[in-house]
Amino acid sequence: MTAEHLNPNLFSDSIERVPNRNGFGEGLKEAGERDKNVVALCADLTESTRVQAFKEAFPERYIEIGVAEQNLASVASGMAAMGKIPFFASYAMFSPGRSWEQIRTTIAYNNMNAKIVGAHAGVSVGPDGATHQAIEDMAIMRVVPNMVVLAPCDVHEAKRATLAAAKYEGPVYIRLGREKTPVVTTAATPFAIGKASIYMKRDEAHERKVGIIATGTILHNALVAGKELNEGGIGASVMNLATVKPLDTEAVLAFAKEHDVIVTVEEHQVAGGMGSVVAEYLGEVHPTKVVRVGVKDLFGQSGDPDTLIQYYGIDTPAIVTAAKKALG
Amino acid sequence: MRNLSDDEVRSLERTANEIRESVIESLVEAGSGHTAGPLGMADIFTLLYFEVLKHNPKDPFWKERDRLVLSNGHICPVLYATMAHAGYFPKEELMTLRKFGSRLQGHPHRELLPGLETSSGPLGSGLSQAVGMALAERMDNPYSSKYFYCLTGDGELNAGQIWEAALLAGKEKLHNLIVIVDRNGIQIDGYTKDIMPLEPLAEKFEAFNFDVQEVDGHNIRAMHDAIGKAQSVYSQPSLIIAHTIPAKGVDVFERDFRWHGNPPGKGPEDRVPKDEQAETALKKLRSLNGMISVSE
Repeated sequence: MTAEHLNPNLFSDSIERVPNRNGFGEGLKEAGERDKNVVALCADLTESTRVQAFKEAFPERYIEIGVAEQNLASVASGMAAMGKIPFFASYAMFSPGRSWEQIRTTIAYNNMNAKIVGAHAGVSVGPDGATHQAIEDMAIMRVVPNMVVLAPCDVHEAKRATLAAAKYEGPVYIRLGREKTPVVTTAATPFAIGKASIYMKRDEAHERKVGIIATGTILHNALVAGKELNEGGIGASVMNLATVKPLDTEAVLAFAKEHDVIVTVEEHQVAGGMGSVVAEYLGEVHPTKVVRVGVKDLFGQSGDPDTLIQYYGIDTPAIVTAAKKALG
Repeated sequence: MRNLSDDEVRSLERTANEIRESVIESLVEAGSGHTAGPLGMADIFTLLYFEVLKHNPKDPFWKERDRLVLSNGHICPVLYATMAHAGYFPKEELMTLRKFGSRLQGHPHRELLPGLETSSGPLGSGLSQAVGMALAERMDNPYSSKYFYCLTGDGELNAGQIWEAALLAGKEKLHNLIVIVDRNGIQIDGYTKDIMPLEPLAEKFEAFNFDVQEVDGHNIRAMHDAIGKAQSVYSQPSLIIAHTIPAKGVDVFERDFRWHGNPPGKGPEDRVPKDEQAETALKKLRSLNGMISVSE
């Protein structure tokens, strides 16, 4: 059973598909309308990171940095020091990828109110290949103190995450994808930083119980897998863990207690990512079998997104298989 | 900017020397830290904090203050000593430098000590932050009279990010940005000309659309005049290449790159044995390098 406020066409073949970066673009413009201190910076990727709408609405509050991601992060830090709320965008591979130390020292250590927006994360970037497919970004951001890590599941959630980040005082990393991905939520779906949501409740008729935790746009695959499992005799619940840090420990612990095993799903290296977050936490407080679905210590490559998602074992059949294997 | 009288210049020079003594005392107590850069920049720090900056040590968060971003964070002993002498915190606290629980971290941490504009240490990112601050100020107040000072080392200019920031500052014509480069010619591994030659440095920054001046960084009046001129530049960012002597004030330490990262007591021994380095440094400072006699 899926939660209320989700897209009623969730399992339809004709489900609407929109890149979640569009939601960031809308959210950024709206945040700019709400607060004149919101400013935007971009490193020569204004259109593809969707900063364009803000730039057109508030040209005086937009700074073009050029292809210089280290400068991008530290200029944003300086602007935040003066009371601005800078959102700075590039591809996740370059920001935070190239500018990790600048983000750590000038933003996180300084506890600056700056927002890092990493677009084109995941192997689903597709044809551009491994150089442009960030699958390590959550790992490098979540280990930085003061940093909040958000991975919105769709266009609506990306918009809400952006607006929430603008209101939140402190550094936030927002991870976005490139591709058109299924619209899972609606404008009415609740969102709060630090709050996990259960989007599918297991069929209680089944004895075996798997809890699937997913983050980012790959959540839709997890929901489809959950449906298939419930229909096939395994009780499967699905949690949207849009905030990877800080972890909603209460929700994750309750979720683990209610299921026999946990399967985590992310379009990211399994090492250090969301699956690690969950496994590390549960390992300490409630040892639970956690099987992580994600990229297994490999680089991406060129290809169409669906092929890559399948090749790297993050597609729906892979999640179903992982769940069955986990249950033994 | 107003003119300085001869007495005022002498007074600033005396203060700079007292600050050098505090630098040495804090480094000796800490048992680690950098000596050459802090001694070399004492005159400029004194001029900035005692004459140039609009600031209020009793109200470090005063909104209208000028901003000083120390990009080469490792020379913080001179920043701390100058701030203490200017009244930001008690001078006794300088003896906590680099110790557990201290607000005076080995490299500056903005969150701990009011009056620090940023945390720094990893080289090359301070200029970007100063540029960001100046841009933010211009958005709010195009007629602002605040100045944004960024202090960098010369070894630091090896870092690519400096040139990313310089491109942006030039593009944005940030007239309220004044960069002061500590051109002391040394870095950890040796002389800058051997490690990574920078010359022609002035021409490089001019090509990035900076107004550039070259000044003797120990000549308080010349530095004061240069900063005044930099403030009056209207359509460009300014950069002052301040030629300084590393470890200035202690002749037996001066101009030796091996004093970059060692405190007195742990420096090279060819001119002074380790166990005499601290005492020698303080004696040299109190006697102005032997120019005046000081009673024991």
